[in-house]
Amino acid sequence: MKVLVTVKEVAEAADDFELAEGALDIDERYLEYDLNEWDEYAVEEGVEIAEESEDVEVVSVTIGPERSEETIRMALAKGVDRAIRVWDDTLEGTAFLDVEARASILEAVVAEEEPDLVLTGVQAADDGFGATGVALADAIDFEWAAVVNDLDLDTGDGTAHVHRELEGGVEELTDVSLPVVLSIQTGINEPRYASLRGIRQAQSKEIAPYGLDDLGLDAETTESTLSLTSMYEPETESDATVFEGSPEEEADQLAELFGEMGVVEG
Amino acid sequence: MTVLALAEHRRGNIRPVSYETVTAGRGLADALDTELHLAVIGGEVSEFAEDLNRDGVDTIHAVAAGEEFNHDIYTQVIESLATDLDPRVVLMPNSVNGLDYAPAVASRLSLPLITDVVGFDAGDTMTAIREMYGSKVETTIEIDADRFCVTIRPNEWPAAEGAGDAEIEEPDVEVDESRVGSTVTGFEEVGGGDVDISDADVLVSVGRGIEEEENIELIEELADALGATLSSSRPIVDAGWLPKNRQVGQSGKVVTPDIYLAIGISGAVQHVAGMKGADTIVAINTDPNAPIFDLADYGIVDDLFEVVPELTAQFS
Ligand SMILES: Cc1cc2nc3c(=O)[nH]c(=O)nc-3n(C[C@H](O)[C@H](O)[C@H](O)COP(=O)(O)OP(=O)(O)OC[C@H]3O[C@@H](n4cnc5c(N)ncnc54)[C@H](O)[C@@H]3O)c2cc1C
Ligand SMILES: Nc1ncnc2c1ncn2[C@@H]1O[C@H](COP(=O)(O)O)[C@@H](O)[C@H]1O
Repeated sequence: MKVLVTVKEVAEAADDFELAEGALDIDERYLEYDLNEWDEYAVEEGVEIAEESEDVEVVSVTIGPERSEETIRMALAKGVDRAIRVWDDTLEGTAFLDVEARASILEAVVAEEEPDLVLTGVQAADDGFGATGVALADAIDFEWAAVVNDLDLDTGDGTAHVHRELEGGVEELTDVSLPVVLSIQTGINEPRYASLRGIRQAQSKEIAPYGLDDLGLDAETTESTLSLTSMYEPETESDATVFEGSPEEEADQLAELFGEMGVVEG
Repeated sequence: MTVLALAEHRRGNIRPVSYETVTAGRGLADALDTELHLAVIGGEVSEFAEDLNRDGVDTIHAVAAGEEFNHDIYTQVIESLATDLDPRVVLMPNSVNGLDYAPAVASRLSLPLITDVVGFDAGDTMTAIREMYGSKVETTIEIDADRFCVTIRPNEWPAAEGAGDAEIEEPDVEVDESRVGSTVTGFEEVGGGDVDISDADVLVSVGRGIEEEENIELIEELADALGATLSSSRPIVDAGWLPKNRQVGQSGKVVTPDIYLAIGISGAVQHVAGMKGADTIVAINTDPNAPIFDLADYGIVDDLFEVVPELTAQFS
């Protein structure tokens, strides 16, 4: 069996960030990159499946620039067997890769790899579309389930028994037939830390570079009727009273407020 | 030509986000000078249709197909309705079920998809507003297409109220069962147990800013000193540092205490969904741009590891 795990390197904005001049993004100096939190759980789920049964290969795929290799290596260090990284000048020049374009690229990777199971994260922490997995599933004609926080794979009868985490502390129990794309929710497992040995081994694992043309695609794939036209810091809606001073003074003022509100008696 | 909005129900009840899609859909229909159609799929559709007949809806399509939500059925039914109605916009909620069918609908109809939209600007070109980087920035996305799919963020549009006079249709939509590869077998309630955080008057709530499991004790001590109840954001529960019944938010509990003290919590939209109804919100966070301050009545922009022990000392 083959498990394909999609992974994305995401950026987080520093506390005091600035927008880049003339570009529709936060200035690179204020961005910190990491493996998307949701993908960490997807990677762990894939690796656990491989550990539980014989002959399971776990392959990761990312659409991302060279910088993201470091992040992808982390997935390899945690037990992913090999990785694919899709990037080229066309992608580099694409300001906004919409859901459809991402799904098309991943579709081409699926055609190449022929996985039985695809795991994605529920959402990317930076632009949070929450859509790639299900869009991909429809494109490749797999079944799917979104926001999965429990998975029991029965390859014998070709079914994934999943829990979908709904709102308000309710989970939906669903059976989906394989092959399937699952978007993985945080908390489904306990992502491991990469061991030193794993980190060492990851150095010799393959990260295969692919361009769009290697996948039989071209610039048309990235064209979109959607375009990102502006990014700005929203006007603050805050009308909070901010207590200032040393930590002690701040605590004093808050304690006084709590005193006035009768907190401790309650 | 229409705007086609989708309603949502679960276990016999219409979910409130449905009335928000009516409001957002009406706004788009007005901007595009077209009608608002609303679809409700599965369950007691006739009853649902009456419930959904609110001011602003022109036509309701009540489609009897299955009981509970099933993404294969929803996708097929919406595809069929869209083929008949040729909607300019298919508008769906960015709920957990929305995440499970909206991208498939867009893919099936070969339409662009913009998710988790918080506003529209219908100028010369239609523009959708969405947030990025954990709500720290907003972006505008121009839609250069005649037809598109969107999902809207819950709790952003007011619920449509007032009785409407929509035409109610109950079309027969044939579902190809061979393309239904998923079955809902049941529901499970999680997060029960000894403590009910939704009963508490004062909640001291801890988030990822606490860094390590050992440090939770700091917050516990403060909660004890205040006679308050301890709750948390999701990552604390995901990490197994606190049990599920302490989680505040969309997938945890909705709480409405007199005081909600958020310590090291950024204020992600799914967290806010669970605590925005608190009377007084206080936030302690090192990041002055953390979205939690948009909600807070009182704030301290500082290191929790310095402030919290001082605060605890005041009450011990
Ligand atoms: C479908 C779905 C459902 C979800 N449901 C929920 C839910 O029910 N509840 C929920 O909470 N989340 C939920 N989430 C997750 C949510 O999107 C966020 O990831 C989560 O709320 C972030 O938690 P946090 O604020 O503790 O962590 P972060 O966002 O990482 O924030 C940590 C904060 O701590 C601050 N900080 C760091 N160090 C210090 C310090 N020393 N002193 C003071 N402050 C400090 C930082 O500035 C930051 O603001 C859900 C997500 C999805 C996709
Ligand atoms: N550029 C990308 N490369 C690989 N996987 C991606 C990429 N973008 C999104 N994904 C996958 O799709 C999931 C959902 O992302 P999104 O739909 O962008 O919120 C992520 O958790 C990833 O697993």
